[in-house]
Amino acid sequence: MDFAMIFFILVGALSVGAAVGVVTSKIAVHSALFLLVHFATLAILYVTLNAQFLAAAQVIIYAGGIVILILFVIMLIGSGPMETRAAYRSWVPYAGLALGILMLAGVSLTLLQTPAAPIDPEANQGGVPIVVGLTLYSQNILLVQLAAILLLVALIGALLLARRPKPEESSTSNLRS
Amino acid sequence: MDWFELIVIPTIRSLVLIVVLLTGFAYLTWYERKLLARFHVRYGPNRAGPFGLLQPVADAVKAVFKEEVIPNHVDKAVYLLAPALALIPALIIWAVIPIGKGFPAVADVPIGFLWILAVAGIESYGVILAGWSSNNNYSLLGALRSSAQMISYELPLGLFLISILLLAGDFSLVNLVEAPRAWWEWIWLWIMFPLFFICILAETNRSPFDLPETENELVAGFQTEYGGIKFALFFMAEYINMITTSAIMATLFFGGYRLPFGIGGEIMPWLGPFILAGKVVVLLFLFIWVRASLGRPRYDQLMRFSWKTLLPISLGYMIITALLVVFFK
Repeated sequence: MDFAMIFFILVGALSVGAAVGVVTSKIAVHSALFLLVHFATLAILYVTLNAQFLAAAQVIIYAGGIVILILFVIMLIGSGPMETRAAYRSWVPYAGLALGILMLAGVSLTLLQTPAAPIDPEANQGGVPIVVGLTLYSQNILLVQLAAILLLVALIGALLLARRPKPEESSTSNLRS
Repeated sequence: MDWFELIVIPTIRSLVLIVVLLTGFAYLTWYERKLLARFHVRYGPNRAGPFGLLQPVADAVKAVFKEEVIPNHVDKAVYLLAPALALIPALIIWAVIPIGKGFPAVADVPIGFLWILAVAGIESYGVILAGWSSNNNYSLLGALRSSAQMISYELPLGLFLISILLLAGDFSLVNLVEAPRAWWEWIWLWIMFPLFFICILAETNRSPFDLPETENELVAGFQTEYGGIKFALFFMAEYINMITTSAIMATLFFGGYRLPFGIGGEIMPWLGPFILAGKVVVLLFLFIWVRASLGRPRYDQLMRFSWKTLLPISLGYMIITALLVVFFK
């Protein structure tokens, strides 16, 4: 077993452990922190796969944006120990378990059926910023623009939801951002 | 590449960097107190050693030997984790900052720019978690203010960084420093510098944007429940952040470890770290000058300034930069 393999096993175990922590911890903020650890270890794994851009994007978007928003919301609405509804509906955990096993089976079936082909050197370069940029803005430009329109729609929707029906704007309404 | 090159050398480099930064932090507190005293027409620390130079040592000893108090009502794990989470980003951002020709940073990765953005993104965790885990209304208010403020000012900051990136055309910070720039590029960059500096002040929670810890409304904000060495860690995080952001600004706007017009640097490459340090000291003076001169705005003024003034300006700046790059470069 070489160095890279040991590293992968260590980081992977940490990642899986954090993922388990997300669903098992009783306090919402702890779950969010485990999620943060999970995202960070995923980013490390991306770096080992030579996908630096993906790793940086993972940290910027998920760790720097989404988990902070989750924490923000938890702090705004308050968080005691969670008394989830799911605890009363006893079938929910089993349904989740079954779905998880199904998904694992699907993924491993696909992996086993695909013959082990030599890795394309072009694809192995996939995480370097220049390659990502060139691919995104030449081949996939339509998808990028579609995503942009989707985000714009979400933005306008949020504006509509946040707008008050009153025509005159009071100065304090600027606070809600 | 064997384990020696992979582990031992980066470890030694990181240790040297950390020792230098911690010493820098200690003397930054002395520098700030001395300067503030001069602004107030006082003497400042002058009892411990000549010119009060031993004052940081005395402060450090005091912080270390204070009793370790952990209040009963806190979430203990997160409470102890928060100061570390505040300090770590301030240190690891140095991994990519070029400190001199022939003195490579700990890691000269092709995504240096993105690393700065990523670490800036996780910088707010320490403050948010400290406020939440303290289980105290003042702390929580400070944490909420801090997260809202940091998220708001990250947007114009990111857009300004994108503009610099457009001009540089490269993610690597070493190339950014080494690449020649046309005169109009420098001027265009410097026009933006005051706005960038405002964003940096907000990101580092420095006065006049120190609303997360306003002592006259929120006791001490997110750090109310912290004492002794744990408080010192937050203090350290804030000051090392000042040094770090000064180094980033020196790298992005003022040529990093190079002298203007390419003097000297080629002949004596070992001067690089000292030139960078000199630029950092000048920029730190700016931080302290602002603190001594300006009052704190109200919270809604702070948020409105970010969303209604800085964000549109930064968007416009980015568009014009893109046009300039397309037509003149």
